[in-house]
Amino acid sequence: MSAVRVPRSPKVLIGAGLVAFFAVLTVVGPWLAPDNPNATNFTANLRPSSSHWLGTTALGQDIWSQLLVGARATMIVAIVAGVVATLLSMIIGVAAGYLGGKPDEGLSLLSNVFLAIPGLPLLIVIDSYLPAGGRSNSFVIGLIISLTGWAWGARVLRAQTMSLRNRDFVEAARIVGESRLRIMMFEIAPNLLPVLASSLLFTVLYSIGAYVTLAYVGLTSTAVWNWGTMLYWAQANNAPLANQWWWFVPPGVCIALIGTGLALMNFGIDEFINPRLRSAGLSGRIRRTSGLPRRPRLGFTPVARTATPRATWEAGSR
Amino acid sequence: MLLRRLSLYLVTAWVAITVNFLLPRMMPGNPVQQLIGKLTGQVTVQQVRAIELAFGIGLHQNLWDQYIGYWHQLLVGNLGVSITLSTPVSSVLQSAVPWTIGLIGVSTILSFLVGTVTGTLLGWFRGSRLDSLIPVATFFQAVPYFFLGTVVLLVFGSNLHWFPVLGAYSQSVTPGWHWDFVFSLVRYGELPVITIVLSSVAGWMLGMRNMMITMIAEDFVLMAVAKGLPRRKVIMHAARNAVLPSVANLSLAIGLVVSGALLVELVFNYPGVGDLLLQAVLNEDYPLIQGIFLVITMTVLAANLLADVFYFVLDPRTRTEAAV
Repeated sequence: MSAVRVPRSPKVLIGAGLVAFFAVLTVVGPWLAPDNPNATNFTANLRPSSSHWLGTTALGQDIWSQLLVGARATMIVAIVAGVVATLLSMIIGVAAGYLGGKPDEGLSLLSNVFLAIPGLPLLIVIDSYLPAGGRSNSFVIGLIISLTGWAWGARVLRAQTMSLRNRDFVEAARIVGESRLRIMMFEIAPNLLPVLASSLLFTVLYSIGAYVTLAYVGLTSTAVWNWGTMLYWAQANNAPLANQWWWFVPPGVCIALIGTGLALMNFGIDEFINPRLRSAGLSGRIRRTSGLPRRPRLGFTPVARTATPRATWEAGSR
Repeated sequence: MLLRRLSLYLVTAWVAITVNFLLPRMMPGNPVQQLIGKLTGQVTVQQVRAIELAFGIGLHQNLWDQYIGYWHQLLVGNLGVSITLSTPVSSVLQSAVPWTIGLIGVSTILSFLVGTVTGTLLGWFRGSRLDSLIPVATFFQAVPYFFLGTVVLLVFGSNLHWFPVLGAYSQSVTPGWHWDFVFSLVRYGELPVITIVLSSVAGWMLGMRNMMITMIAEDFVLMAVAKGLPRRKVIMHAARNAVLPSVANLSLAIGLVVSGALLVELVFNYPGVGDLLLQAVLNEDYPLIQGIFLVITMTVLAANLLADVFYFVLDPRTRTEAAV
């Protein structure tokens, strides 16, 4: 019970690996790029070769360099939006769940309204009014995306807070005379950690999608390289119809891979929160060696308990 | 419960309309001059008037009077005039909205059905080989809609020629309620629908699977097995209870599907609202952008209400609560 142990199922490991890979790419990507992504001094429409790993665009730009440089803006916006949205959802969700009554009604209404308004059209409307300076600023875009992405997390956190607010330890803190702010910050928030982490992964995932979409539609500055602008230029130059897969497939696959990584990590957190989901993470080998039936029986959740701590596939085993 | 939801949607509609009213008026600088500059001298008097109306400039009214006036215009169905098309926004939208509603409606229902059925099986046979579907579905969910659409279009449309592409129906048939047209409609709709279903099915699938796994551990399922009911009946028994959270989430998911579907329309040149929205954004046709945003929001809210009614019918507990 002392340390938080996340289940080490293959799914989670692969997910964490993918996310770590792209996190490293965010930092070192622009340094690794062999060429300036804007330089147009190569032959246009080259197929992938040893000198241009992913070929060149119709303007004669090196696609591999664009991909590497574009990682940073994509990830920065996603992280800014993810962190801000998660903070917003925590403040609003915990306050609504803990305070109850009138404040809860107001805050719940607010988050329900934001849930009901379709996010992407709202984003497009707000973004279309931004001046050019705002469109090229990753932080401004990140903030706007976070504005449309916090509501879901707030709802989940509110429900979780409500289930915590009448527990004994919170009651004890209240009797001792702790302030409401302190109870929310130091008694309730730490117990929301898994939900919070899940909500962060989810919003980062959402933000990548939203940012790339805005860029693809042409609503962010086309001078800032990200995977969405790459797709925008590919589409604008009819790369898909010309079968230039090396131009539009790599950014799309990168987006999909980082997204898959985040979602797989989220499975791990889900399994941490709901132990019943965990047994599904047991591999066939573990199942056989521990003498479990291949098909789980009704009403029982198979749990692998071995004496050696190495094989603790279960998290937080008491 | 339904009444509460209805009032929520009314508040949401009010927020959306107010945002729509305030945003252009918060824009710095003089947008009219900028826009006229962009249109490079070929501006008609109507266009200037349309821009001024959209931004609330030159009316010499205070903000409150403008707001009242804005509502008044909305209630008579006047959404302003499109700057580039020089036609009323409402008539532009009238031709585009049915396409979008059809596309999204069909794909949402299909996605929900497919996801729920596979999710049920995944939950029941957890730990079997079926589990390998999960990462695959997750991958498709993580791919942006427009990218998946592009790839699908390219592989199955342009290269393999399995499906007709671009547009909503064949140019050789005249629209109308006859067999040829309907057939062409279905054929052209296949790829966009497949794209949306592929992208959105994972959410339903995983939600249903997790609920099934939780349900299976319940006593009533054990009881059903103990009574010796055939397996199909037991699965149905558990599934009927597990599906409730999915239905409750239906209204939330609609908003997400709409966002994705707008982009799918773009890729497939489907004559719906998505295509229109992109054109409007590229041309900075603000009255049109606003009109589209309003129509999309209202449609989503109406769909949400429908989903809530569905839930109300499905779960008798919500009805007893309302009675008490």
